[in-house]
Order: sequence, then C-alpha cells, then structure tokens
Amino acid sequence: MVTTLEKVDVVTVGVGWGGGIIGAECAKAGLKVIGLERGKSRGTADFSLIHDEFRYAMRYDLMQNLAKETITFRNDRKMRALPMRQMGSFLLGEGLGGSGTHWNGHTWRFLPYDFEIKTLTDEKYGKDKLSSDYLLQDWGVTYDELEPYFDKFEKMAGISGEDKNPFWGKRTSDFPTPPMKKTPILKKFETATSKLGYTPFMLPSANLSEAYTNPDGESLAQCQYCGFCERFGCEYGAKTTAEVTVIPTAQKTGNYDVRFHANVVEVMKTGNKVTGVKYIDTQTGEEFIQPAEVVVLTSYVMNNAKLLMVSGIGEMYDPDTGRGTLGKNYGYQILPGATGFFDEQMNVFMGAGSLGMTIDDLNGDNFDHTDLDFIHGASMSITQTGVRPIASNPLPPDTPVWGSEFKKQSIYNYTRTLSIGGQGASIPHKENFLSLDPNYKDAYGVPLLQLTYNFTEQDRNLHKYLTEKSAAIMKEMGAKTVMPGNPLTNYDIVPYQTTHNTGGTIMGADRDTSVVNTQLQHWDAENLFVVGAGNFAHNGGYNPTGTVGALAYRAAEGIVKYSKNGGSLV
Amino acid sequence: MADDKKGLSRRDFLKTTGVATGALVGGGLIGGLVGYNVKKEGKVAGTKGGGETHEVANNRGLMFFQTMAEFNVLSQAVERIFPEDDLGPGAIGLGVPYFIDNQLAGNYGSNVKEYMQGPFFAGESTQGYQSSLTRAEMFRQGILKMEEEAKKRFDKKFVQLEGSQMDEIITAFQKNEVEMRGVSSEYFFKVLRQATLEGAYADPIYNGNINMEAWRMKDFPGNQMTYLADIESEKFMKYDLKSLSNMEH
Ligand SMILES: Cc1cc2nc3c(=O)[nH]c(=O)nc-3n(C[C@H](O)[C@H](O)[C@H](O)COP(=O)(O)OP(=O)(O)OC[C@H]3O[C@@H](n4cnc5c(N)ncnc54)[C@H](O)[C@@H]3O)c2cc1C
Ligand code: SF4
Repeated sequence: MVTTLEKVDVVTVGVGWGGGIIGAECAKAGLKVIGLERGKSRGTADFSLIHDEFRYAMRYDLMQNLAKETITFRNDRKMRALPMRQMGSFLLGEGLGGSGTHWNGHTWRFLPYDFEIKTLTDEKYGKDKLSSDYLLQDWGVTYDELEPYFDKFEKMAGISGEDKNPFWGKRTSDFPTPPMKKTPILKKFETATSKLGYTPFMLPSANLSEAYTNPDGESLAQCQYCGFCERFGCEYGAKTTAEVTVIPTAQKTGNYDVRFHANVVEVMKTGNKVTGVKYIDTQTGEEFIQPAEVVVLTSYVMNNAKLLMVSGIGEMYDPDTGRGTLGKNYGYQILPGATGFFDEQMNVFMGAGSLGMTIDDLNGDNFDHTDLDFIHGASMSITQTGVRPIASNPLPPDTPVWGSEFKKQSIYNYTRTLSIGGQGASIPHKENFLSLDPNYKDAYGVPLLQLTYNFTEQDRNLHKYLTEKSAAIMKEMGAKTVMPGNPLTNYDIVPYQTTHNTGGTIMGADRDTSVVNTQLQHWDAENLFVVGAGNFAHNGGYNPTGTVGALAYRAAEGIVKYSKNGGSLV
Repeated sequence: MADDKKGLSRRDFLKTTGVATGALVGGGLIGGLVGYNVKKEGKVAGTKGGGETHEVANNRGLMFFQTMAEFNVLSQAVERIFPEDDLGPGAIGLGVPYFIDNQLAGNYGSNVKEYMQGPFFAGESTQGYQSSLTRAEMFRQGILKMEEEAKKRFDKKFVQLEGSQMDEIITAFQKNEVEMRGVSSEYFFKVLRQATLEGAYADPIYNGNINMEAWRMKDFPGNQMTYLADIESEKFMKYDLKSLSNMEH
C-alpha cells in the first residue's frame, strides 16, 4: 500500500548543504517546502560528548550506515564490480546537515579558469594538450556570473579569511570575518613558501574566527580550536553547517518542514515533468508518495545520480559510444604532498578543521603548462586540524609498523611531524563514470550505484610534479627528514582520501553533453533540479562545497522564478 | 602482592611464578593479580558529579571470548605489537585485550554498519574487504591459527613462547604466510594491529588506555574543551589529561 500525501511546492531529497540552501531560499520566497531526509535529526546539543576519536573518527558514528546502502566499485570495465563493504576512501553523510555536519569547513571558490577550462586550455595550449579520452568541457557559467552567489554563500556562512591570494577570482566584498589565528606551524609554512617565491595566505574557513550573525539572523560562535572538527560535529556551533544556519532559517518562515527517516527510492515522472517522489519510512517500512510542483535532488553526488538512473530520467552514458550524459565525467581528487619529521615538539593536537595556510601558485592555470605533461594543478596547504592519537602514528622511512621500534617512533614523532598536502584537480576521462550495478541492491531493493574509476596518466603526471614541489617546501620548512608522498598507482577504495566526489550529473550549456542546464534544471524535466558537486564538469584544485553552495543559491533563485513562470530557465 | 617483586621485568615475573604469560590479565582466573597490570590498583580515572575526580571501580570482564586460553593468546599478540617499555605500559597494561574483546561483542564484531549482503567474491585489493566473515569470526579463527602455528613451529602453547618466537608467528601472519579460511592472514594482522592502536589510544571509557597512560606517553591531552588561549603559543603545551568520563554528571 502506498499512501499519497498532500502536494507541496518543493520537495528536496536529502537535507545537507544543498537541501538546506534550497529549503531556506524557497521557503523565504513563500513556497511550501518539505525536506525528505533518510537519517535522523541532530544539532549542536547532540555534540556535547563529541571529543571521541574512536566513536566518531574511527567508527563513523555520524555517517552513512553502509549495511543499508553503499556503492559498488571497480577500477575498470574488465574488473568485476564489488560492494564497498566498509567506509574508506570517502565518508558519506547521513542525517540532518548531511556530510556538512562533519566537514572541515575549507570554503573555496573554484578558479575562473575552472568554469571555462576547455576554452581556456585550447586557447593557450592548443586542442591536443590532452588526448580526446579526456572529456574536458566548460561548465556553461563563468566565475563572474557565479560571483554574487559565492558572495551570498560566504555571507550566510560567515567565512573567515583574507583577500591576499593573487590568483583567485575578483571578490566584490571582503570576507565576512577576519582570518583564523596564525599559529607557529602555519608560520613555518608561510616563511618557507614566501622564501621560495610563492604567495601564502590564510585558508578560507567555516570555523569562525569570531562570533558572527549572518544576514538571515543566525548566530555562530567563535571557534575554540578544539582539534575535533573533521568527522565531528561542533559542540559550540562555531563551525558553519546547514543545521545551524540555513535549516533554522527555513524553519523560521513557517513554510518548511523536514521529514526524517524518509528514504527516497524513486522520482516519479510523467511526460516531460516529474510529479513527486516515492519514499520509504525506514522506521515502519511504509511507502509514501510525496507529490510536488518541483523536485530537487540534494542527496549528494552518489544518490543524485542513482535516483535519476533508477527512475529512468535522462540517457545513460555509454563509454563505448560516448553517447548519453547520465553518469559521465565522474571526478575525484589527486593528492600530492609530503611529510616532514622535525626535532621540536609542536602543538599538533590543537587545531581546527580549516586552520591552515595555502598557496595557489601551482593551482589551475596559474603557472605555465607549455612544457608540462598535464593541465591544472592543486592548491597546496598546510593545515593544523588537530591530529589525534589513534589515527596518527607517523613513522620515518623504514620503521617497522609494529613492535617496540614502532611504539617508540610513533610516540616520538606524533608531536614532531607535519604534512603539506595538495588538492589536485581531477580531469574527467571517458573510462571514469557512474552507472547502476546489475547485481547488488540496497536494503530497499533498489540497485546500488556502480563506480568505475581509476587514476589516469594526467593524474599521475600532476601528482608527480606537485609532490616534488611539496617536498621542496617541506625541506625549506626545516624538516630533518622529508618523505614525499608515494607515486600514484591504482585508485584504492580502502584508505581515506577525500569526500570530494564530483560529476555524474554534470551541468552545461548543451543538452547533448550535460544532464542539467546552467540553472541545474534537468534537460528532460523542467520541474526537476539536481544540486551538488555532481554538477561539476571536472573537479578543481580545492574542496568543493563553496562552489556547491554558490550553485545551490543560483539554482534556488531559478526555482523560485520557475515556480512563478514555469518553462525552461535558459 | 606480585608487583612487590622488585627488579624483575613483567616477563621475568611470569616465568618465575610459573604463571602462563597472559593468564595474568584474566581477572576471572587469578583476579588478585589483575592489579599488577592495571597500575593504580585496577582503577580508572573518572568523575562523578561536581567535576571532582573519583576513582571508579573497574569491573572488566570478557564479553566475547569464551575461554581464557583464547583471550590469553590475544593478549600476548597485542602486547608484541605494542609492548611495554621504558616509555610506559604496553597493550596488556593498557587494557587493550579487554577493549578488543568488548568490541568484538558489539557492532564492530558483527559488522553491523557494513554491507554484508552477498554474493561474495574475492576482489582486487583496491576493492577492500570482500568476505562474509564477521570480525568476530575472523578473530576467533585468527587466534586459533596463532595457537596452531605455535604448536607446529615450536610444539608449545602460544603463551609459552619466547617473545621472538611470537614475533616470528605474527610476522608470518603479516606476510600472508598463514592459511586462513575466508580471509587472508595479512588482513587479519592489519585489523589486529589497528584494533590494538584503537584500544591503546581510544578514550578510557572503552576499557583500554587505562588511566590515559597511552595519551600520557604520546603527549596527547585528551578531551580538552578549548585551546583558544594557547593556539598561538610557541611553547609546547602540556595539560592535565582529560577523559570523556570527566564530563559525566
Ligand atoms: C570528513 C569530511 C570532511 C569534509 N571537509 C570539507 C571541507 O573542508 N570543505 C569542503 O568544501 N567540503 C568538505 N567536505 C565535503 C562536504 O561535506 C560536502 O561537499 C557537502 O556536505 C555536500 O553537500 P550535499 O548537500 O551535496 O550533500 P550532503 O551534505 O552529504 O547531504 C546529502 C543528504 O542527503 C541525504 N540522502 C541521501 N540519499 C537519500 C535518499 N535516498 N533519501 C533521503 N535522503 C537521502 C543524506 O542522508 C544526507 O543528509 C567534507 C566531507 C567529509 C565527509
Ligand atoms: S575546531 Fe572550532 S569549529 Fe571545529 S569543532 Fe572545534 S570549536 Fe568547532
């Protein structure tokens, strides 16, 4: 028995950053909005016992229950795809706030180069810089068009930073709050990179440097540098998350509600419009249909793609023919870097998720690639996020991994080790894509999403070049031993890398090469919107959420407009 | 009491008293000796009410392993991975075997939050764990295998071996030279090592890291509420260590 509920103006599938922003903006404009969230409610009050590395960082207490749903994975089409049985490479979110609850808060605007990457690369280096196996394409929007929405996201979030990076796009206003505190560890990086001719600056942070009240009237507290940030919720309400900003903003309007334990399994479509979504109440097993004038998928990269696939909306990407768009241009991230061992003890256990300094000299097209065998690059940062004792057992080269020498070295080096890391761009390749798994199902009988992904030649070259640069910085910082990152081999889903998955539901100006238009409106259903890093046509050299936020604000504006006038927004 | 025997290392003590190594940690067997491993008389720090520190009685016991024999093999193996030395206690002194036992009895042991639906196929290493065995099943088998290896190689019980002999067996697991069913010995070793570190360094509320001794060795101050005042300090900072149990009220 399926119960059909009363129709609403807008339904969002998932209530993380994307769902929260869409919810707030549409509710403020007077639309009746329902957020369907498969997880539970949560907020600052639930985080008073959060300083527990074991429970939250090792056992993933705030994250997706893979027993119910996961993805399958293979490196290439010849391999049998198998379920990701345990969390590893990326940490999927579940519950109010999504993975935004336990993010670090590095808040970037992708570079102007990113949005027009195809045009600009071809112009400067010719059409053959990369082989045709790389599916490079422009996003259909420019940085300048997105700037007001970046601005809006940052003001809502109270981002702490300084406008000292010569390489990023022009900002119409300064950061809402000043940068975080510059620690001795950060200063080491600052001095070294300056000496090497780079331009270091404080990493834009959603761990707020001071108390802040945003334009919607939501208040955020000052960050305490508690060292339990990434993978944890903030017990102070000092880390900007959806549940302390946009969600209360939406609720204040009286037009917004979240329904928890509601796992969406299908988007219903008739003709060229969607009519609503079907979900299962995970507490009772009951099925419901939630009709809506507008459906917005905000269920993260994976489930946005999966829900379109199981609902048969759009044409599946076919790597043999290159036809179809759904699932194409899956991107991830390339992580060059270096570790350094020092003599003196440092306060590494203190810190905040976004406490860091960065250089952008080796990101985007900020340096000349004429004689290089790759495009793009990485932002290179030192971060002081607070290293914790279970996960951090740094060992100099050739140390045994257990026994007495292990114990001595890991204890000694725990407070004497620093790392610098790059977030390298991921350029889409025709063999890296998302599809539906033919064999494995989730707890509701819906096929799992299948990921086919491996690092490419471009990735390896980028990684090698930037790892060497990282090692040189680490040496300049005074490390007595420098350990460059291992060369990139095959992508491995086991060790944590980043939760910066992109693509699969990409945006663009041309319906033949994208899933949604530049307002994130589906090409095949004008009242269906898809919001998230899945919209990225490639992954840039930063964390994604600043750009997701800007795209979400822009989409919200479009949805409000659509609700009045209907039709295509482009 | 046992710890009055001055000048003897723990291992020497065990030999001279003829107690099988590791039996020591089995509170149920020779309860009176537990305090030897658990510094400060088997008490763990805790706070009850008003922020005042109290000593809380430590009623640890086995929730997963059914015999002391199995538990003692586990204890000795983890002690080799994280041994007692001049820096401080090893895995046994930190309560790691109890931590692991307790974890195996719960969600972790039953892989509750993990995808355990078939069909199961051996995959590539890049695809991660692909067995239908739960951790609890894997540990039980792994411990049996350690005992078997001791018998095969040295004709002794694992707990009767010299440290170097135990190391030889653990190394064989690490190098994937021991045959296990449904899982590789290399994988079992990895999980065992990881569980040892978790038990050593998790908050003491999980029954390892007794008295926060592992944090003390590592200069990790535990659950501090704020570093705002010190974050810019050039000096290396030390604090009174705090467990989450200091927050109960
Ligand atoms: C440890 C960690 C650190 C990170 N650090 C950073 C950082 O420093 N900077 C940065 O930019 N990004 C960071 N990220 C990434 C960031 O969290 C995500 O980019 C962001 O949260 C994505 O927002 P979203 O709304 O697309 O998805 P989410 O925030 O994940 O929200 C999706 C929501 O949809 C729900 N959902 C999914 N499927 C369904 C369904 N079928 N039915 C109902 N509900 C469903 C989920 O339960 C979830 O609540 C980090 C992520 C992690 C895990
Ligand atoms: S580091 Fe700052 S923002 Fe992060 S959890 Fe701690 S207090 Fe909150």
